[in-house]
Amino acid sequence: MNCKGVIRELSNYIDGDLDPLVKQELERHLEHCEDCTMIVDQTKKTIEILCGSQPVSLTADVRSRLHAALREKTGQKPT
Amino acid sequence: MWAESFLLIFESCLLLPSSKVGYGIGGQMLNAILTAQKGHGAPFRGLLDTLNAPSPHRLPSTIARDDEHLLVAAAQAGDAAAFEELVNRYEGKIFRLTRNITGNHEDAEDAMQDAFLKAYAHLQDFHGDSRFYTWLVRIAANEALMRLRKRRPNHFSLDEPIAGETDLFPRELEDWGPTPEQKYAQTELQSLASDVIERLEPEFRVVFLLRDFEELSTQETAEALGISVPAVKSRLLRARLKLREKLQRHFRQGAPN
Repeated sequence: MNCKGVIRELSNYIDGDLDPLVKQELERHLEHCEDCTMIVDQTKKTIEILCGSQPVSLTADVRSRLHAALREKTGQKPT
Repeated sequence: MWAESFLLIFESCLLLPSSKVGYGIGGQMLNAILTAQKGHGAPFRGLLDTLNAPSPHRLPSTIARDDEHLLVAAAQAGDAAAFEELVNRYEGKIFRLTRNITGNHEDAEDAMQDAFLKAYAHLQDFHGDSRFYTWLVRIAANEALMRLRKRRPNHFSLDEPIAGETDLFPRELEDWGPTPEQKYAQTELQSLASDVIERLEPEFRVVFLLRDFEELSTQETAEALGISVPAVKSRLLRARLKLREKLQRHFRQGAPN
């Protein structure tokens, strides 16, 4: 496998969706290609960093509007 | 074996209709379960205590995710408080998603609100084929996309082929040096993450958000967005490479904070 092949299969590799033989071939390429290893590592890191954020805390007014709309729909009285 | 039987009995009790307690478990049955449970640990103590409390409808969001199907079943049976508990549990995540897709606070709030209202109106259409949250994400993503399209008509399309598919090899390659977590405080990193995601084109952003952020499968993402599995894969690869490149400017050695 060459560098272009690694990039083409990058997502499948990260997601663990590769056929075992293709995976083996890709990893053999990584053993001697510093650039591809860097891309694989940095892409994994990118996902980790970007997806590590916490859920947003709703401000009191946004939350109050949401729950008022829900109660109007469900006919439920405020608790 | 005992634990499995207990779980089955317990779960079916929760779904029995009862006027006494919100999720249908009577005091006598509850006491019988608690007695039987003695000496076998107390795996359900938190949930039982909550159900036995004076206001059983208001379940705290700290209860294990395993009870999601109980709440959904109760909501489908007409228990509005059970639905409200599901909203309490997921409103922060759904708002984060709609804000990340629309990039606009007002649209994000409207999309979130309409998503929950639609989910309530169509609760009977949820058959448990996926997690309830996944179902909710699909509704919310479409509400958010609808608003984004209104603001930017003809600006993006999810099903058009991507130009230049063959040239994917990253142009900029540099060592990131010390780990970004060491270089940035947590709040700075979160703000940088939101900024970088927001600057990604919508047709890539939404796929990245559903696949990587919300952890939908490729198939679920394709169904949610009405595009093919290969289109999801191709957009996801692009999105990840583009995001890596955007972060590169911040994380490469010698880059200013």
